[in-house]
Amino acid sequence: MHRETRFLPAGESALVVEFGTRIDPALNDQVRALDRALAANPVAGVIESVPTYRSLMVHFDPRLLSIAALIERIESLEGATPVEEKPPGHWRIPACYEPPYAEDLSEVAAALGLSAQRVAELHAGARYRVYMYGFAPGYIFLGGLPAELAISRRPKPRPPVPAGSLLIAGGQALIAGTPMPTGWYNLGCTPAVLFDWKQNPPASIEVGDTVHFERIDAAQFARLRQAAAEDRRMARWEA
Amino acid sequence: MPGALRILRAGFGATIQDGGRYGQRRYGVTPAGPMDWRAFRTANLALGNHAERAAAVEISVGGIEIFCETTTPVGIAFCGRGFSWRRDGREVGSAARLILRPGEKLAASPGTDGVFAYFAVSGGFATPVELGSRATHTRSGIGGIDGRMLRDGDLLPLSASGWPFGEARIAAPWLDRDPAPLRVVLGPQDDYFGAAALSAFFGAEFRLVAGDRMAYQLEGPEIAHERGFNIVSDGVALGAIQIAGDRQPLILMADHPPTGGYPKLAHVVRADIGRLAQLRPGETCRFRPVSAEEARAALLACENEVAATARHLYALQSAPHVGGRPS
Repeated sequence: MHRETRFLPAGESALVVEFGTRIDPALNDQVRALDRALAANPVAGVIESVPTYRSLMVHFDPRLLSIAALIERIESLEGATPVEEKPPGHWRIPACYEPPYAEDLSEVAAALGLSAQRVAELHAGARYRVYMYGFAPGYIFLGGLPAELAISRRPKPRPPVPAGSLLIAGGQALIAGTPMPTGWYNLGCTPAVLFDWKQNPPASIEVGDTVHFERIDAAQFARLRQAAAEDRRMARWEA
Repeated sequence: MPGALRILRAGFGATIQDGGRYGQRRYGVTPAGPMDWRAFRTANLALGNHAERAAAVEISVGGIEIFCETTTPVGIAFCGRGFSWRRDGREVGSAARLILRPGEKLAASPGTDGVFAYFAVSGGFATPVELGSRATHTRSGIGGIDGRMLRDGDLLPLSASGWPFGEARIAAPWLDRDPAPLRVVLGPQDDYFGAAALSAFFGAEFRLVAGDRMAYQLEGPEIAHERGFNIVSDGVALGAIQIAGDRQPLILMADHPPTGGYPKLAHVVRADIGRLAQLRPGETCRFRPVSAEEARAALLACENEVAATARHLYALQSAPHVGGRPS
């Protein structure tokens, strides 16, 4: 393990393996490498692992493992042959920045002193890295939002946004997986079904993948949403 | 056809729960599951059900009334702190295994103490399995019946018919109020707090202000951060004691999101999480630090006791009177 790696207990049933404290693609790569190594070399008693920006949380059954034994197993993975990485996926995601799918676009534009058109261009023009899922089912946290779109969170949450909403706040971007009230701003929406309770796993986009958005108009949105409803495989938009 | 049980009246907060929805936290999916795992598993084990996979009804302070709409008797069990249960109006205790006959009515009403009780049936309820579990998470609208709290008139489908055992009272002295401090394991962000914050946390009493299945909000002395209260979001486990900008503890419970961005001072140990869950707003608690190894030993001891539930069953009408005369 890297010398900065810290093993931190989260109770008796979970362990945080922390590689650093910043949002940094190199730290996130370390998180993914350990996540893959654990998947390839399963440890009896590990229930699941949760990759986040800069640490991996390992949930385990204390009947089968102590924290000390788990740390020993994780440290021993370092010596093992690195798991061959499947190249990260890249996803092109159709995105509509028109009404009624872009509820907060003009509010954001006014706050940032940009035109609504420019906000949409900036958001759609960037390439994002998937750092983690969190907050609620299917919420994808993206890094790579253009600095011009940095806007702080709302002081109070807004009413629920629909699944597929493209949100920004605090210099970060995310895609909403399920309807939820949020303190973020809604710039647009994708008709792609990126999180589906009926599938197992419920999502195809993985941490470490990259995404970009392709602008569509409201008519195309309706067509694609219809297609996605008819054929769930349409939800796979891998480029 | 195993038939169904009808809910005549569902008080606020009743949901279907099993042991929880695991394996999908990496996609933001909350495990849910019972607030008091010990009471939940006890109800299942009293019926010979799988302790965690069989789905039961979690009942909150709204209580519940259930009507037996089957054509054959059904084995049921209930367990939880403070609730009183009546079969056709007759008191049947707070933890028992019964044979409910067609046409009988069972009602649970909360007492002065306790928040959650569990109602299990032989074989578990046959509500749909979604992503590997029947647990309800109302915020994301998944599990149970249409992902929501139970309502008046709902039918609870059974997966088996029959009543494998006789009626019995479940001895569960651990359900009584226990004023001992809640044990916690420090970390992962205890280094965000100084010695003064730690001694404030362990030296004082905290009052429960409000709580739901997602989090319990406590009030007490200020727990000041030394390094700010924003961290880069990381994983969250059940029982995490999060200290946000208000410098007060928020303890994450069964419906917590799998990640969060506030420093977590410590985690309430699993052996004590049910005791915390059963606190009502206005009630108080204290905390005591233990090592992860002590917490693990406490959990294993607790699980072993729960696994022995079948040995804690007594005739329904005669309670065991240890060290005293029957009153």
